[in-house]
Amino acid sequence: MKLARTHLLSLAAVAVLAAFLFVADTWFDAFTIRVMNLSAIYIVLALSLNLVNGFTGLFSLGHAGFMAVGAYTCALLTMSPEQKEANFFLAPIVPWLAHVTIPFVPALIAGGLVAALLGVLIGAPVLRLKDDYLAIATLGFGEIIRVVLTNTQTITNGALGLKGLPEFASTAAVWACAALAVLFMVALTRSSYGRAMKAVRDDEIAAGAMGVNVFRVKVMSFAASSFMAGVGGALLGHLLTTIDPKMFTFMLTFNILLVVVLGGIGSITGSVVAAIVVTIFMELLRFLDGPLNLLVFQTEGRPGLRMVVFSILLMAVVLFRQRGLMGNREFSWSMLSRAGLLPKSEKGKHGLA
Amino acid sequence: MTLALFLQHLANALALGSLYALIAIGYTMVYGILRLINFAHGDVFMLGAYVAFYGAAMFLLPWWGTFLIAIVFTAALGVGLERVAYRPLRDSPRISVMISAIGASFLVENVAVVLFGGRPKGVTVPDVMNVKLQLGQVSLMSVSVVIPVFTFIILAALLWIVGRTKTGMAMRAVATDLDAARLQAIDVNRIISFTFGSGSLLAAFGGILWSYKYPQLNPLMGVMPGLKCFIAAVVGGIGNIQGAVLGGFLLGFVELMVIAFLPTLTGYRDAFAFVLLIVVLLVKPSGLLGSRQGEKV
Amino acid sequence: MKRTAAVLLALAALAGCTKSQKQPTTVKLGVFEPMTGANAAGGAMEVEGIKLANALYPTVKVGGQEYKIELVVADNKSDKVEAANAAQRLVDQDKVNVVLGSWGSSLSMAAGPIVKGKQIPAIALSATNPLVTKGNDYYFRVCFIDPFQGTVMANYAFKEVKAKKAVIIREVSNDYSVGLAKFFSDSFKKLTGDENAILGELNYNTNDQDFTAQLTTLKSMKPDVIFAPGNYTESALLMKQARELGITAPFLGGDTWETPELIDVGKQSVEGAVFSTFFATEVPITETSKQFLDAYRKQYNKEPAAVTALGFDGYLVARAAIEKAQSLEGAKIRDALVQTANFPGAAGIISFDANRDATKSAVIKVVKDGKFTFLTTVQP
Repeated sequence: MKLARTHLLSLAAVAVLAAFLFVADTWFDAFTIRVMNLSAIYIVLALSLNLVNGFTGLFSLGHAGFMAVGAYTCALLTMSPEQKEANFFLAPIVPWLAHVTIPFVPALIAGGLVAALLGVLIGAPVLRLKDDYLAIATLGFGEIIRVVLTNTQTITNGALGLKGLPEFASTAAVWACAALAVLFMVALTRSSYGRAMKAVRDDEIAAGAMGVNVFRVKVMSFAASSFMAGVGGALLGHLLTTIDPKMFTFMLTFNILLVVVLGGIGSITGSVVAAIVVTIFMELLRFLDGPLNLLVFQTEGRPGLRMVVFSILLMAVVLFRQRGLMGNREFSWSMLSRAGLLPKSEKGKHGLA
Repeated sequence: MTLALFLQHLANALALGSLYALIAIGYTMVYGILRLINFAHGDVFMLGAYVAFYGAAMFLLPWWGTFLIAIVFTAALGVGLERVAYRPLRDSPRISVMISAIGASFLVENVAVVLFGGRPKGVTVPDVMNVKLQLGQVSLMSVSVVIPVFTFIILAALLWIVGRTKTGMAMRAVATDLDAARLQAIDVNRIISFTFGSGSLLAAFGGILWSYKYPQLNPLMGVMPGLKCFIAAVVGGIGNIQGAVLGGFLLGFVELMVIAFLPTLTGYRDAFAFVLLIVVLLVKPSGLLGSRQGEKV
Repeated sequence: MKRTAAVLLALAALAGCTKSQKQPTTVKLGVFEPMTGANAAGGAMEVEGIKLANALYPTVKVGGQEYKIELVVADNKSDKVEAANAAQRLVDQDKVNVVLGSWGSSLSMAAGPIVKGKQIPAIALSATNPLVTKGNDYYFRVCFIDPFQGTVMANYAFKEVKAKKAVIIREVSNDYSVGLAKFFSDSFKKLTGDENAILGELNYNTNDQDFTAQLTTLKSMKPDVIFAPGNYTESALLMKQARELGITAPFLGGDTWETPELIDVGKQSVEGAVFSTFFATEVPITETSKQFLDAYRKQYNKEPAAVTALGFDGYLVARAAIEKAQSLEGAKIRDALVQTANFPGAAGIISFDANRDATKSAVIKVVKDGKFTFLTTVQP
């Protein structure tokens, strides 16, 4: 069976990436690995937000809530009874959770499913609303989830949070999830569901008139997005090995929104690239919070400057280059051909590499 | 629950509600005109309070003097914000404008952190606002009486401006249909700037009065109040000034009376506002006093 | 495309400008604190103490050679994800020998597995959640933990205030507040022998500004004393509103109250508020206390906060351990730390117990005439 050139190139790229990750995991120092794995998690999160915001046109700001639910579910399912007992020293954990310990992958999926279920429950009533109202309603839900997690001492350990989550977020695990997320998104956007979503985004009324079940599309998109957010949250929790409700505030949603906007709302490639770039830059720009030595003038350490820069960046992108890095476009091998980096094939002229 | 207890709770609710109402008016004015949630409104509120504080602390202005410089500053800020962050995006998809609003809000907050530092500052409340009043069994601070009075004066003034002056008519025209208003030779940009300026100025009033009631400033003090006041505006019917006032009082009422009757739920207090919002949006999406606006295809 | 490349290059150049020259004979202490975000105030106070100690004791002698102690500050932005990154950066890239910090137990817990994995000892300065040191051989703390602090205040309430009934109002989203409330509650019930001694437990959230609803309910319960172990940011407003509502019962709190802002914001309403803390400026506990107070007053011209003294102590304890270990290796420094006993710190005498927590005396202070005034010391 002769594989198309594009498929061969894609397979080769994946193999190179896998080899790179293997080398990195063995040779790079822990800090670089951490930043690398964090970007993988951000890829998953950015894609989940892009699915609902970029591809379906629903402005949802409650993402942190779903992440929290996924993280807590997965954590409570994977922690050993001893760890739970150590953590719940103020008030004992509810009996039906005390002795449950299941392996990582089922727990991860469970986390995603619980988040997705919550997404359906929340989405069903709220998705009828228009843009701004939906944004505030979802923001509200995010906050409600956080408040509930803070107050349910016997289930979540409340404000004390959970410590000692098993370190399941290895390089292989997070990058596998990131790859799966990308594959899922690519498959989804090329399918009829994906087209329906984009139709709803572009013109809801026209889509409805054309026979698209707008409400069902919205709910499904919301559920899928929540699933991925739950998985992302669980991965984040296991990377940090400790979670508490204060992590999952609007600030976290804002960070992911930043990534999605910078990469281009509606572009999978954009989200992937932006996730990696933003995670790296968040660390690189750390020096902005300390004393600055710009050769021309020196300033004393002014904490907070880093976030100012990021806010300006967000606004600059939205004002001047609304489409973000990739706009609506996706990466394709023909891009490289056109740029002259890859020799053109016989089919060249029709754009399929 | 005794009558005295109930009355005290009621008094608290009215005091808080009137503050929410005052700030919600600013939100509703801006939304009515531009269909835009000005996320930065809460931060303008915060800056108004800070400017007043520095006016008193550094320039030793009397408290009514601080009001003046605060409103000048915030009105200018509001106009500037509109021109830089929202005007260029007037023809863009709504999502871009909302992102710009969120970005602007974060920017103002973080600049405030860099300028003022993250540590809270204590406010010296003017004596006239700091009087402890006792009405039977109910205790109240004088500032809690000033605020509702002030809110209703502002409400009356605004209703008069919007209902009876030419500028007000122009504002209503722009709110109804921007392009049609342009065709009527209304300087749309000027009206929008005016609205933003007035809304921001009201936020400053709200901020200063808030700081007299809760005399502690910190750069993030506007986040929760801003969000709650937006909810109040939506609940009352966004775009409707009386609705904003009603929504503010309703929100204050719900927030405090639920705790009054169910003290075990005190930890969930912040969630009440959001629950109220969602309930109202599901039952009457246009808000209590809002009117249904059909969508043109 | 060209423009973005230019911008990236410029930023890389900037990053290059700020890298410091590595000195061969330096010992690095990582300062892992929140410099921005919600906990910036606490972080800043601890850093003040650390920097002061560094100015007074800038070197340490190891193996006959004088090593300069360099402080590497990493801001964890009061955020857990950032905390993990910052801690990782300190131990991996900056290669610090000891980590000091963080203010905020949840942030310290994020660093826990990282310092343990790299075998770099860490000293928490004011984090009081028992979970920080539990199960982590490499985390120490120079302050007492909440179970002790809770009993101190319960004793005070029972013996000095002669209270029989109390109401607790706590910051439910703050692990410190929740923990302290529980320990106070348990102690108080045991002391009074009355299971119903706690009339009620009311909650509020971080950044709340209006407490009138909770306080009105509290007033109707008529407690003898109110325990409010929340952060100063909310407590000042809480007490002001309580007094405005006509509540006269005394307020008891924890160490987070000792900041100038409490009095700045609360003014008259915080008069008579009593709280437990680590340290009192009027009663220098050791020679080190005097030294610390003199240096601090000279530099900043104001009274130091308790956590500043703890920052000072953390630095000194680390330095002493390095000297004792006569090595820069993390594991050896850790072993030396474990043996720290009767170390004279500015905030009291420090000995690490089996859990690497410090058993220290607590100080009770009251706000009198707009100043924090020393009341009494309580031994463990």
